[in-house]
Order: sequence, then C-alpha cells, then structure tokens
Amino acid sequence: MSEINTGDRYDLAVVGAGPAGMSAAVTARARGLSVVLLDEQEAVGGQIYRNITRASHRALDVLGPDYASGARIADSFQSSGAVHLTGASVWQVGRDGTINYLRGGKVGSLHATQIVLASGAMERPFPIPGWTLPGVLGAGAAQILLKSADLAPSEPVVLAGCGPLLYLLGWQYLRAGVPIKALIDTTDTTDYVRAAGHLVEALAAWPTLKKGLKLMSALKKGKVPFYRGATNLAIQGTDAATGIRFTAGGKDMHVDSKVILLHQGVVPNTQFTWSLRARHTWNDVQLCWTPEVDAWGKLEGLPNIYVAGDGMGIGGALAAALQGQLSGLEVAAVAGKIDAGARDSAAAPLRAELTKQLRIRPFLDVLYRPKDANRMPADAVTVCRCEEVTAGDIRGYVALGCSGPNQTKSFGRCGMGPCQGRLCGLTVTEVIAQARGVSPSEVGYYRIRPPIKPVTLGELANEA
Amino acid sequence: MATNSLFRPLSGPSTASARPVEIEFDGRFLQVQEGVSVAAALLSAGVSRFRTSVVSETPRAPYCMMGVCFECLVEIDGQASRQSCLVTVREGMKINTQRGPRALIDGTEAGNE
Amino acid sequence: MAVRMFDTQPDLNSREADVIVIGGGLHGMSSAFHLARRGKRVIVLEADYCGRHASGVNAGGVRTLGRDLAEIPLSLASRDIWHELGELLGDNAEFTPSGQLLVAENEKDIVTINKRVALLESHGFTHEKIIDGKTARELVPTISPHVCGGIWVKDDGHALPYRAVTAFRLAAQRMGVAVHETTPAQRLDWRDGRWHVTTPRGTFSAEHVVNNAGAWAAEFAAQVGDPVPLEIGGLMLMITYRLPPFVKPVLGTAGRPLSFKQFANGTVLIGGGLRCPVDVIGRHGEVDFIRLASSAQTVTDLFPHLRELPVNRAWAGVEAFMPDNIPVIGPSMKSPNIVHAFGFSAHGFELGPIVGRIVSELVCDGSTAHPIAPFSAGRFRPAPAAGVEFDMPVPFSIPTGVLR
Repeated sequence: MSEINTGDRYDLAVVGAGPAGMSAAVTARARGLSVVLLDEQEAVGGQIYRNITRASHRALDVLGPDYASGARIADSFQSSGAVHLTGASVWQVGRDGTINYLRGGKVGSLHATQIVLASGAMERPFPIPGWTLPGVLGAGAAQILLKSADLAPSEPVVLAGCGPLLYLLGWQYLRAGVPIKALIDTTDTTDYVRAAGHLVEALAAWPTLKKGLKLMSALKKGKVPFYRGATNLAIQGTDAATGIRFTAGGKDMHVDSKVILLHQGVVPNTQFTWSLRARHTWNDVQLCWTPEVDAWGKLEGLPNIYVAGDGMGIGGALAAALQGQLSGLEVAAVAGKIDAGARDSAAAPLRAELTKQLRIRPFLDVLYRPKDANRMPADAVTVCRCEEVTAGDIRGYVALGCSGPNQTKSFGRCGMGPCQGRLCGLTVTEVIAQARGVSPSEVGYYRIRPPIKPVTLGELANEA
Repeated sequence: MATNSLFRPLSGPSTASARPVEIEFDGRFLQVQEGVSVAAALLSAGVSRFRTSVVSETPRAPYCMMGVCFECLVEIDGQASRQSCLVTVREGMKINTQRGPRALIDGTEAGNE
Repeated sequence: MAVRMFDTQPDLNSREADVIVIGGGLHGMSSAFHLARRGKRVIVLEADYCGRHASGVNAGGVRTLGRDLAEIPLSLASRDIWHELGELLGDNAEFTPSGQLLVAENEKDIVTINKRVALLESHGFTHEKIIDGKTARELVPTISPHVCGGIWVKDDGHALPYRAVTAFRLAAQRMGVAVHETTPAQRLDWRDGRWHVTTPRGTFSAEHVVNNAGAWAAEFAAQVGDPVPLEIGGLMLMITYRLPPFVKPVLGTAGRPLSFKQFANGTVLIGGGLRCPVDVIGRHGEVDFIRLASSAQTVTDLFPHLRELPVNRAWAGVEAFMPDNIPVIGPSMKSPNIVHAFGFSAHGFELGPIVGRIVSELVCDGSTAHPIAPFSAGRFRPAPAAGVEFDMPVPFSIPTGVLR
C-alpha cells in the first residue's frame, strides 16, 4: 500500500514506534485513516523490539522467542501505508492536536485530529550510593546495547536488583556465552510470602509464569552466583565503578566489577501526559504515576488524545499491542470510519486477551516491589543526577517549608537539568512524602513543560 | 577496538563490523561499528567517560541508552549536548567529551566577525 | 540558605489578626514582613503555595531602568533595600548587582534612548546613563558588533524570584506571621469594625485587609467597591542549558522585546514581554512556541554563537496587567481599612521590597511619604464631569512589551 502524504495534517498521529504505537497505527490505517508515526529511532520497535527489523538470526536466537515475535508487528506496520517519521524528536504535544518535533536539525510541526501517545516505559531509577559512576547502567540499557549494537560486557558482569527484565537479561547473556559474575537479588522472603497471596491469579497466567520459571532454572543451571535478599547496596569506585558492596545472608560482601547493571522494574514514561496537564493517579502497588484514561485509553478531559502501552501502566509488550489496537479502534470510530457496533465486536476478543495478559501483573508487582531503601535513599545519595541534588538536600528543603517537587526546583535546581525530572521525579515525590508523612498522591509531581526534548535557540529562531 | 572497553561485540572482533567506520574522539581516531549509536560506538571503543557533571565536574557515562537520562551528552561535529545514544555514528564524525558547561565562546573572540 | 528556628512561633490555629494579607507572592510576603516589623499580628491567605505564580516564575530583574516615570521614585527606593536585603532578611535571594543594559541596535533606537534619558533628566532622574557602542562592548565583550549604544544602569541587577519570596516568608514567619497555603480567600465582609474573610477552611477576621492577590486581585477589589480593568495574561520565558559565564549585565533591547540574563550557574534566562493565552480557571499559561521563536531570533541576532545552545524549558506565568502599565497601590476608594497593591506585571519584582513597606505605612499610619497618587485605584473611574481633564501622568516607559 503506498504511503499517503497529506502534507502536515493527519487523522491520527502516533508518538512512539513500539508495539502499542505500531498496533494503533496499523489498526487505524486499516480503517482508512491517514496516519503518521513519529519516533526518535531510525527503525521501528521501541525499546522492547529494538532493532527487530535488522536483527540477525544469531541475535534472534540469543534474545529469545518473545523478542522475535515483534517482527510480525513490524512487518504489518511497514506495509500499512502509515507515514513514518524516523529520527523525529517530539518536543511538544498540544491539547489542540499540534505536534512540534525536531528532525534533521529542523523544527517541524504537524496537526492531527487525534493523537495516540505510545512512548512506553523507562527503567525505574535505582538511587544507591555510587549509582552515577561510569560503568553503572540499567539492565534495560545493557539489553539495548545487545539488541542494537551486538555489544555485551567484556568481563564477567554483575546484575543487581529485581524484576523480570533483570533475569531475562541474565538468561540472554547465558545463551550468548557472556559470563555473569553475580546476580544480586533484592527479592527476599517477605516478597515471596506476600506474592503467594496472588499465586492463584498467577497460575491462571500459567504460560507466562512457566516462562519465568524456565528462565530462573536456566540461570541456576548456568551456575550463576545468586545472592538473595540483598540489602545495603552500594557501588564502589571514585571516577568509575570498581565493584559493589551489599549485605546478604547476614554477611557483608563485595564483588569486584567494572560493569554493574541495575534494575528494579520499569515505570510509565509520563512526560507527555504531565505536560498536557492530564490527571494522574499514584499507584501504590506499582509505585508510580499512571494517567487517568477510559476503556479505550482516552485521557480524561482530553477527548482527542490517547495513551496506549506501558505509558498508561506497565503491562508488557503483548498487552501494549492489544491496547494499541483498542485505541486504534476508538480513533476509527470517532473519525466516523466504523460504527460503535463494529468497534465493539472487534474490541471484544482484544479485551479478553488483554485481561489474560494482565493477569500476571499483581503477582509480579508484589513479588518484585522495589525496596524502600532503594527508592527513598540515605541522605548522602544523589537523587537528581543532572544537578547533583541529594536525598538529604531534599529533606532539608522540606524542613524549610517545601511541600512538593515543584518547590525543590526553586530551592536547589532539583529536576531542572536536561532530563527534566525523568530520573529523579519518582524519588523526589516519595522522599518528600516520606519526610512530610503524607501520601505521594498528596505531594504530587513536577510540572512538566515543553520542550519535552531540547531544541536549540537556532533551531527555534529559524521558525521566527 | 580498545582492550579496556567495558563492552565488546558478541560476534567477536574479527566479524565485529563488516564495514568499520572511522571517527575522531577527543583528537584520537577510532574504528567503530557502522550503524550503531555514537554511545554504543564509544563504549565499544573503550570510552568510559563521556562528560563531566555540571556541578562537581565528576565523570559521567551512559546509563539508560534510550534518551531518558541525558548522561551520554557529548559534542558531535561542533554541536554540544547531543544525546549520543540517539545519534547514529557516521564516517568522519568529530566527537568531543563534554566538560562541565560547554564553552560556546573561546575567550573574547566573539564580536570579531 | 541557613535554616533558622522560628523566633516567634506562628499560631496557625488563630483565626483573628490585626491584618489579613490576601496573596502569598512576593508582594504579599513583603507586606506581611513589614507589617510584622511594625508590631502587627498578620495572617497570610495563599490560594496555592507561596510564590506559585508570577512571583516565582518571572525573570527576576531588579531594575530601575526603563520604568514609567510614576514608578521611578518607588523603584529607586526599592533598589536601596535590595542592596541591603541580606541584612534585612538573613538571605539576599542571590541579588547580584550586575547592572542593566538596554542596547540600541540602530539609529531609530539611538533616538528613542536619547529622548528617554532627556525626559528623565528633565524630571531630575539621573540613574539612567547613555553610553556609546564602544562602552557597550566593554561591558559585554561578547555582544554582536551591530550594537551601537545603550542605556546603562550600573546599580541594577537580578535575583532569584522564588528565593526572594521564600526569604521574605521565612523572615515574616520568624516574627510570628501565620501563612496559610492552599487557603484561597473567597468573600470579604465588613462587620462590627472588622473584615471577615471566608475560605474553604473557614473564616478569618482582622481589622485591616491587604489585597496582594496578583492576577486575582480584581475580584477582591470589585467586592470592596473598587472595580479595576485588570487583565489576566501569560508572559513567556525560557531557560537554556548551562554555559561558562559570558555576560554579566541583564540585557534588554530598545527596539524589540527582550529580557536576557545569565545566572551564576551558567543558565541563560530569556524573556521579552511575549504574551500568551492563559487558562484562568486552570491557572496555567500555555507556551506558544511560534511567538517564542522571535525571542530566540533576537537572542541569536545579539549573540550569534548561541545558536547551538539548547533550550531546556519554557513556561508562562499567570500575571496581572493594568491598561496603563502601572500598578494599583493605595487605600480603597470605597471601603475602610483596605489597602490594594497589585497589577505589577511585568514590572513588579524589583518593587516588592518598597511596596510592602508602603503598605505597612498605609495600614499603621494611614499615610505614606512615598508618592503613590498615580497608582490610585480610583484612576479608572470616568471623569467626574465633561470638560474636566482627568489628571493622570502620561507614562513614558520603553515600548510596551519590553520586559526585564
């Protein structure tokens, strides 16, 4: 199907080329809407299916069948006729449907009657001493290096934290012959006990559970040194990471390593939704903010903008694809291309499948709940990496009457650096809530303003 | 490929890149894989310090590899503060460590155009 | 900022005071501070949190340059306080006497600035000095060569807005001022010799009320019989990534809107009187990047090497504008024991210290020696009879929209 170029106006704009974004685009295109999809990368896939269209056979083998399955969605998208703006950094999404972006050093602007935001998730910050040292990366970052550049640690590597992505990476490294020096797991007995309360639901998601068990068993068979219930994590080194200290089994230990991969779950990337002043809820189980949406992913109070995928709440790649399709259906209905009946009958099986896909979540959320100490760290730990503001600094601001994250910005530039709160926002909200003795819900989050990604004065001036 | 790289190609050095690409980093010439991000290229070439932080000038390197953490900022072809994990490496690129707040003006040259 | 224990503990349970101040921005906290210094018991009612709106998001210019003639005496007096703010409050909000420079870019600008300084001198004001292009480049070596002169005020400077609000607030709280945040004032009723102010958290009462409610002040002014044509609007600003220091003075341009300063941390703040739409109910200004692009253009015209400097964030405050571009300061025309001080945008930050003092004089003494007649709330009422000229000074400030 040939690409439809409608100049700078579209029926639907999708931001993000992961499973949710691609699925929304494909679904809407199939009903005749003009669709544009913008993404920062040169190829589709988002993070979970990063580089899927160029992955070698060997890579597909190492990375596993879940990753390989992303090729199908990528193929559908590429033959859908949606316009694909690659290397496009979206820096403003307006409530009126305007999207401002940067591409090839030039500012661009388009208008869409409806918008699906599918910018997915990011790794939860892991503020422990030394986490800003070179050599410390997220496990997700290491997985991106594997997928997009065929790179793996050159020396035996340390994995630390908890959550499915951490173990998946370990399993992928094993298959690739990358030695793992240690897997330092923060999950402890109390987590297992609490998670047992959700075991029945988890068993209902047996295929997923089974996959996880296979993974763990392979890690054991691969003789990866496992440390459970690890606490007091601290990265060692002055100019770069040299190792990690921790306590496990009642003993203080340390492992030397120049590369330490941290992970304690993923959280929705909410920069766009906050910048649109959408309402968000603090989810105390998932310990993150999620935008308030209806059954189709439509933002409450913003009838032309939807969120699909991990950006509306962590559910994984398969759930993301289903949510993308559901949003796409509603977009098509609102555009008058299908009637409510057709929309609903197409949606029914999707919803049933989505329920199945999400069944494992409560179990995972409880089992892999990140520890308080790794979310609300000791005073000396850097919370705002960009501006080097510590947890102690923030507690000091609270003592001076600072009641929320926006005032920390003015007290000490916390959240004012290039990442605009992405890596510190959750931590700041929770540290303030803890210091004030109130819920994170009451403390709120940073006020997010455009440009969501940086634009230079010259790039802006060219538009004058 | 430097021997002190924290990351190496899985397929081994001999098949690492069918067509290596030459770039300049802080005045040195590096051979890197084509088609990867500048951040990945630098990591595989042994670079572990991409920039220094703006407040205390301590070394920083990539953390998230997906454009969220802004730790991988370097100067590429004269433009400062580029997120190197989002830029594909190209033959002949000139890349420099970003040191603290980047100088756009050298001394008092400005004003003499 | 030093952490000080409160010297007098504010009593947050008390519903009665000598004075209620509506608005916890810079002007509200300055009023509260000065009133407390005069021995008054003060309650401040703030709808959101102190410094949330205009006070916390403005450009932070401490300037006497470019003022309306009516404002100049107040502005000069206020600047003296800025230079002593550290002693007064225990925190100087990082006031930096960097000087302010308004540059002329062409012949037309040269004519404008000469006319202005001549007018000021004819009124006895000599704080603004004409300089030539050579001197401008000595002051700012990095500026574009096309700059041919300017107006220079060396004792002006800049400070951090939110810090200034907080400094006044903490100093006021140390003298027992009770600040109630998330407590929007709603109705004012005069009963039994006192004002009763209702809020969602109950009613507060005091002998006097000060209306420092910024963009929302017109509602209260109307309630007490002083309707004023206040307009609520947004003013856009943007801040960049950090650079090593390259400009000391705060910069403006005579012929087009610009406000430009580099902070000690190296970031550059760019404003310029650029108005944008405001969602009044949502208390939010939506940044219009097409318009902000002209600010970016002005900056890169003045400093071509800044073309590659990334913009980190842009925002717009919710601000109060008066049609004659000077504020309302003074007692109510209609009701007893009300003092108004609002409508300062885009020129209220520097005036904060002095206006709070004036407010305290009006409340405590019933009068002030500072010349506030031009700012009367009554100036908007129609002329009393045909043929009678309404005696109002014609303001001459730099063309509307030039913001420091």
